[in-house]
Amino acid sequence: MSELLKVPTMAEYTAQGKQPEVLFWVGCAGSFDDRAKKITKAFVKLLNEANVEFAVLGTEESCTGDPAKRSGNEFLFQMQAVTNIEVLNAYEVKKIVTACPHCFNTIKNEYPELGGNYEVMHHTQFLKTLLNEGRLTIEGGKYKGKRITFHDPCYLGRANNVYEAPRELIQKLEAELVEMKNCKRNGLCCGAGGAQMFKEPEKGDKDVNVERTEQALDVKPEIIAAGCPFCNTMMTDGIKAKEKESDVAVMDIAELIANAQDL
Amino acid sequence: MNYVANLIFAIILIIGIGYFAKNVKKLIRNIKLGTAVDLSDNKPQRWKNMALIALGQSKMVRRPIAGLLHVIVYVGFIIINIEVLEIVIDGLFGTHRVFSSIGSAYGVLIGSFEILAVLVFVSVILFWIRRNIIKLNRFWKNEMTSWPKNDANYILYFEMVLMMLFLIMNATDVPFQNMNSGNVISQYIAPIFSGFSESTIHLIERAAWWMHIVGILIFLNYLYFSKHLHILLAFPNTYYGKLTPKGQFNNLEAVTKEVKMMMDPNIDPFAAPPEGTEGQMPAKFGASDVQDLNWVSLLNAYTCTECGRCTSECPANQTGKKLSPRKIMMDTRDRLEEVGKNIDANKGEFKDDGKQLLDNYITREELWACTSCNACVEACPVSIDPLSIILEMRRYLVMEQSAAPVELNNMMTNIENNGAPWPYNQMDRLNWKNE
Repeated sequence: MSELLKVPTMAEYTAQGKQPEVLFWVGCAGSFDDRAKKITKAFVKLLNEANVEFAVLGTEESCTGDPAKRSGNEFLFQMQAVTNIEVLNAYEVKKIVTACPHCFNTIKNEYPELGGNYEVMHHTQFLKTLLNEGRLTIEGGKYKGKRITFHDPCYLGRANNVYEAPRELIQKLEAELVEMKNCKRNGLCCGAGGAQMFKEPEKGDKDVNVERTEQALDVKPEIIAAGCPFCNTMMTDGIKAKEKESDVAVMDIAELIANAQDL
Repeated sequence: MNYVANLIFAIILIIGIGYFAKNVKKLIRNIKLGTAVDLSDNKPQRWKNMALIALGQSKMVRRPIAGLLHVIVYVGFIIINIEVLEIVIDGLFGTHRVFSSIGSAYGVLIGSFEILAVLVFVSVILFWIRRNIIKLNRFWKNEMTSWPKNDANYILYFEMVLMMLFLIMNATDVPFQNMNSGNVISQYIAPIFSGFSESTIHLIERAAWWMHIVGILIFLNYLYFSKHLHILLAFPNTYYGKLTPKGQFNNLEAVTKEVKMMMDPNIDPFAAPPEGTEGQMPAKFGASDVQDLNWVSLLNAYTCTECGRCTSECPANQTGKKLSPRKIMMDTRDRLEEVGKNIDANKGEFKDDGKQLLDNYITREELWACTSCNACVEACPVSIDPLSIILEMRRYLVMEQSAAPVELNNMMTNIENNGAPWPYNQMDRLNWKNE
């Protein structure tokens, strides 16, 4: 199946003297994390299905610097940022889509001051646009009537006020969207942000992801939908900690749509 | 004889306002100890935020019970203070209810004050019950030691007493009661005093009048020493609040210059810095003490009224970690006060006291527990940003002290070496395509 994936690089486009419609910024998790790679592929399938002319940077992509910046390492962040901006500007990139809210936030908000000005979209926003333009159609299919709750990623929701795009996509699946006690601007963090993903938590009486998973389980969903590879990992771990793997799945919205299409 | 009262009144008024003005000057000086940041941009949006968030209380009412009670106390206090204007004129010129000459409108005015006074009184009692009987969790967190708890209660007692004095003053004002206009509440309190002689009632009226105005002046001066400064500072604080998306953290300009220089192939790495640029590098990166924070963070600290909404929304705090965004603000204010007192004691010069905000007030464990999720920023009803203080202190720890937790150092080494937080080769970035 994977041989069907068309994943051209910016270098290939440029060699042909062409410019893609959009650059897909894969991100470190999407490139290397086994779980997140599945999200990357699901999103690429949808891009292929909608005949979107996109490209990736491939081996020319590097960490945006988000975890370094949130840890306090402004030097490392700006080194990463300036290097990435040089590559992006050399390719004259205008529009970027990414499935990682951390990359999304950093490129959209923190790169412009350093010379990187692009239109940046989260993949749920981009998919919504494809639907509105009629380039992609969603049939409810296997998710029709399923109880799905959406976990707002902090860096998409509170950080950038994107709440509706992911929810509209879930509703397009004809699924039953149920909201957790803390949702949208009051959403509870999964525990991964601010570089917490890469370290052990401080001493406390519970892990943040377990707290959030309990909130999700309270509304008895069949699926917890996520829009961030790190949230996905944290919620999946939470489900494991609660021994609910057989009842509840954690899925990215791109995966839900791709599966519904049997892609 | 009459003039003695006027004179005493004028002296009390001058002392009360003068002492307050002196402390306001100190407050401004302390806030200016912070580093410069230019917020002269986007004035229309800033005025709008102030009107909506501070004046309009838009974020208070997100929690409906506390929000409604707060709006009553807030509106009550602002409106009842019109009465203070009358008291001041009466006190200075020896008149009695000088505004009563406006006729029937006066009755409507005082009548509405009386109703508001009762509503404020009831709200304040409910606030007291929430703190002391129901013991709402956020009022009993670790950082709520004895002073913050007492401070909160003193403020409530003040308000109860002031409202009571206002109503007693009206109830014992015989001419006012005889007018029978505007005494909507006090007419039911007046019968309590009906057994007293006329002169005793007059004495009670005078006592209530004096205690009311003196109480207000004491309360005004108490503000500087308490968490209650928010009634004034909420306005500038919401005006200067962050306008960019919450996820956007500032880029350190000094670092940008360094990085651009490092990336520029035309720059001679051994060249001496150009004339006059030696002193331009900041003394240090990030913040280890209050003077390293920008002045908005310091204004934030004085504005905080310790309501604890931030802490109750914080994922780290909810799961038992030491981090509490409210404590970050309280520590910043307490340290700033300490620095201010140090300056006062040393003739305007800060003398090193061997202490700093980091470690002496805010521990590293608190700083590293933050997920940067912005829940605290979203929760604050007056646009305080605890996250920016946490970030500045992390910057100090990492860039000045290389004191990040070891796993984070590994993560950063990975980014430096292979462009990802994990030890994977950058050349393998597209391998997923064929897996």
